Amino acid sequence: MIDQLPALPVVITMAAAPLVMCLLRWPWLAWATTTAACWAALAATIALLHHVLDVGTVSYAMGGWEPPFGIEYRIDAANVFVLLIIAGVSALIMPFAKRSVESEIEASKIPFFYCAFLLANCGLLGVTATGDAFNIFVFFEIAAIASYALIAMGKDRRAVMASYQYLVMGTVGTTFLLIGIGFLYIMTGTLNLNDLAHRLPEVSDTNTVRAAFAFLAVGVSLKLALFPLHLWLPNAYTYAPSMVTVFLSATATKVAIYVLLRLFYSVFGIEFSFEELSMNYVLFPLALLGILIPSIVAVFQNNAKRMLAYSSVANVGYIILGISFATTLGVMASMLHIFNHAITKAALFMALGCVVYRAGGTSLERMAGMGQRMPWTMAAFVLAGLSLIGIPLTVGFITKWHLILASLETGLWPIAVFLLGTSLLAVIYIWKVVEAAYFREPLAENANVQEAPLSLLVPTWVLTLLCVVFGVYTPFTVGIAETAAETLMGGFL
Amino acid sequence: MTDWAMIPEQALIDWPAVDWLHPGLVLILGAALIPLLRGSIGQLYRLALPLLALVTVVAMAPGTHGQFTLFDLDLVAGRVDELSLVFGHVFSIMVLIGAIYALHVRDPVQHVAGFVYAGSAMGAVFAGDLVTLYVFWELMMLSSVWLIWRRGTGVSYGAGFRYLIFHAVGGVMLLAGIVVYYLTTGSIAFNEIEVGGAAFWLILLGFVVNAAVPPLHAWLTDAYPEATVTGAVFLSAFTTKTAVYTLIRGYPDTEVLAWIGAIMTLYGVTFAMLANDIRRLLSYHIVSQVGYMVAGVGLGTALALNGSAAHAFTHILYKALLFMGAGAVLYMTGRSKLSELGGLYRYMPLTLILYMIGAFSIAAFPLFSGFTSKTMIVESAAEMQEAAIWLMLSLAAVGTFLSTGLKLPYVTFFGRDSGLRPKEAPWNMLLAMAIAAFLCIFLGVAPQPLYNLMPTEVDYNAYTAGHVLWELQLLLFTALAFFVLLKWVGKPPEPKINLDTDWSYRVAGPAVLSMSRDAIRTVWAAFIGFLQGQVRWVIGTLSEHHGPQGALARTWPTGSMVLWVAVLLAASLLIYYF
Repeated sequence: MIDQLPALPVVITMAAAPLVMCLLRWPWLAWATTTAACWAALAATIALLHHVLDVGTVSYAMGGWEPPFGIEYRIDAANVFVLLIIAGVSALIMPFAKRSVESEIEASKIPFFYCAFLLANCGLLGVTATGDAFNIFVFFEIAAIASYALIAMGKDRRAVMASYQYLVMGTVGTTFLLIGIGFLYIMTGTLNLNDLAHRLPEVSDTNTVRAAFAFLAVGVSLKLALFPLHLWLPNAYTYAPSMVTVFLSATATKVAIYVLLRLFYSVFGIEFSFEELSMNYVLFPLALLGILIPSIVAVFQNNAKRMLAYSSVANVGYIILGISFATTLGVMASMLHIFNHAITKAALFMALGCVVYRAGGTSLERMAGMGQRMPWTMAAFVLAGLSLIGIPLTVGFITKWHLILASLETGLWPIAVFLLGTSLLAVIYIWKVVEAAYFREPLAENANVQEAPLSLLVPTWVLTLLCVVFGVYTPFTVGIAETAAETLMGGFL
Repeated sequence: MTDWAMIPEQALIDWPAVDWLHPGLVLILGAALIPLLRGSIGQLYRLALPLLALVTVVAMAPGTHGQFTLFDLDLVAGRVDELSLVFGHVFSIMVLIGAIYALHVRDPVQHVAGFVYAGSAMGAVFAGDLVTLYVFWELMMLSSVWLIWRRGTGVSYGAGFRYLIFHAVGGVMLLAGIVVYYLTTGSIAFNEIEVGGAAFWLILLGFVVNAAVPPLHAWLTDAYPEATVTGAVFLSAFTTKTAVYTLIRGYPDTEVLAWIGAIMTLYGVTFAMLANDIRRLLSYHIVSQVGYMVAGVGLGTALALNGSAAHAFTHILYKALLFMGAGAVLYMTGRSKLSELGGLYRYMPLTLILYMIGAFSIAAFPLFSGFTSKTMIVESAAEMQEAAIWLMLSLAAVGTFLSTGLKLPYVTFFGRDSGLRPKEAPWNMLLAMAIAAFLCIFLGVAPQPLYNLMPTEVDYNAYTAGHVLWELQLLLFTALAFFVLLKWVGKPPEPKINLDTDWSYRVAGPAVLSMSRDAIRTVWAAFIGFLQGQVRWVIGTLSEHHGPQGALARTWPTGSMVLWVAVLLAASLLIYYF
């Protein structure tokens, strides 16, 4: 059983998807099957995490075909951490999904919805687990196509347009990825990441490899919504069903960031990526702009969901900033923020999901007075909001602290000042929601709104409390992030 | 580096030593129960909690407690030495007085905020490292703002919000300073800040924002008068005095502070004379009195530092007493403007008497507490031959007595009858004021217990003939001038007392003052107008591009999105190929 662990999360979710399709007539059973699959995947991931922390990197030959010819699943501290985020968020989201999805999706479409969700989940897990370049492309497409469907099912009619734009941009991104992978295959004759890392140095001084690098960098940057390639993201997050927004915001961009880290640090190697091609000169300014501009845009937004979507773009900026330092501490801060931002943003979007469920929308007008109407929901929002700002005793502070340390380590103290300054922007946009919710009278139609049901509240609070728990008790996350950063920096062995 | 004695030479009472209970946490955690307890049980609980904190402070064993490590930082929650105990004692006495004063208030938010605020002030004072200090520093800001907001008026909402922003900026500077300090020294222990450069100035800046040093004082005089009646009493005690503590600890003998402090004393009294709201007038006097303490820190001799600590101790008590008196007037009449008050002595005589004890204390009349502490600072300026500073500190005393000791009580309680017929303040308010008044007189008559508390041994006698004569001369001539000029103005054409006394001051001298005030106001208004214009322009430009319809936020056509991809790809290819 232990031997099969690396494949299990992907296999479970993939196998469950067609099963859910067979349950078209029983939406309730479809939900239960999906929930079971997500929790089983989480259990497998946790077992895998223990295994990897015990014995180190695990290699798994899919179908018994030995690498480098067969597809290899290669699990180390870096990707098992990301697997844990995906499996954890998707498992926590399922109890929340039941009523939230029922209120936002037509009953007849619910089994299709869960099927697409499982495929998206499977795709993201697959991208993370696999050690094969072409497999990354395939799973990216599985995840992307499923998410186009998920987003298009949003109640707002603009969801279809948002999904269409995401489709065009996503396809451009994955096509670039495919072109890059193709170039690498031409030059080295292999698709296995580990093998690529060994063979690339011989041919690295060719224009083909440089072009491959450029295509891969731009393609992945598009998937991870690096400013200014983020334009598809705000609409997709705003108009998607609540549960989809929670899931995608916590996982989709994070997985792409993981792929970027894997490619830059492990496959091409730090010397090629940062010294020869000076990738930091591209990433660094884009990260700074990507923190500043979307944060300011978020301040002016009138819809809380869209505001948080822009904040997600800004937070991608923080993660990319850590990567652009090209130091172990910087990569560690980025790995930490991948985890910390995932739970913070998931908690925030879940709280907004509760508001959507009761008040019917997340424009600041509709959120007026919700502090009194939905005290528990808004308390969770405020707490998670503090984490987004980076107040001590929350996870947001832990990452900000490490990012500041990383920037000071490289001697860039103005960046430390910049980080403290931009956190004030987060104060402003979170405050706008707090002001609406606590200091304004609710709309007449929302005067009798009740607190959200427990099935929505409990997952929201679990995630919110995780923000505090991991903000106080840091050895677990910091330890894994440190090992992950060292693994990534060390390249493949 | 200044060494603070770790072992008290004579403990006040021989308690069994406590080293596991933090008085600040008693208050903060204890506050959680307040909303659950209503009625008289709630009232008893709100009295028991500060008593428990007081007992904890008295029983605390000197030494270093509560050490733990949080991601590689050595945190110390309880550094109990002579200096922190001075502030611990007065803070815990003050919470008790404040709790009695606020006993009748039914709003649980105010009580919770008040206790958390006081608890975090204690936490900051007992913090042995900068990170713990920072955490309590921010908690202080977050809890105290509710004491302003719960007034429930639009003005108080705005004032509270400005208060919050001001402190948030100060907090960010402090945090930045702490980070730089950690990176230069590798330690976060909070002792005298001995590094130069950014760390020194950033941390100092963070401290002086809370110490309300002009021109960074505006949050105080803006927000305190808008706080709730009982909230202002809490506010007057903790924020600025915590900052004084951190200055004594971190920046003793920093010469610039002596000048800043001396200027503060004059700045505060000058603006106090122009204030109309009684609580704003008293707020300006906080600035002025904290100026004495800051000056003491800057002078830096043992006597001066003792003086700063002692003055903080007595100041908390008499300033709270003054705020309680002004609060009682506001509570009973609903008015707080000098121009709307008058003739209350017949209806609130007890309030008047208790208020006057506070007024004599702040004016440093012999036999009142201000005299025994303030003269220590003035004396050390004299000993150090700092004539200019000595002169400024003495001059400020005149202004202090004029506005809090003469003008405010004269206009409020005597003067023109305003037609108000209030009852005497409730018993709990009077009791709280009586306790504070008793301590003011006690520390004035018998200052030795206060001196025993001081960080270094005090060999100082306030009651030398020279001190007493000089102080009496200063104050009695001030009083004489006040009443002479009151008469000299003669028969006021309109029976508007507030305007008359205002006029008497202007004829007596500050005609220049009012002119310069107008000039300053005009320049200031122009400056603020310019700033506002700039800020509006910036926000306007930002919202043009970043606002919901701006280029950076609107939904782009798909083609333009793809164009960006092409641009980025071309750019990366260019970079890689060349």
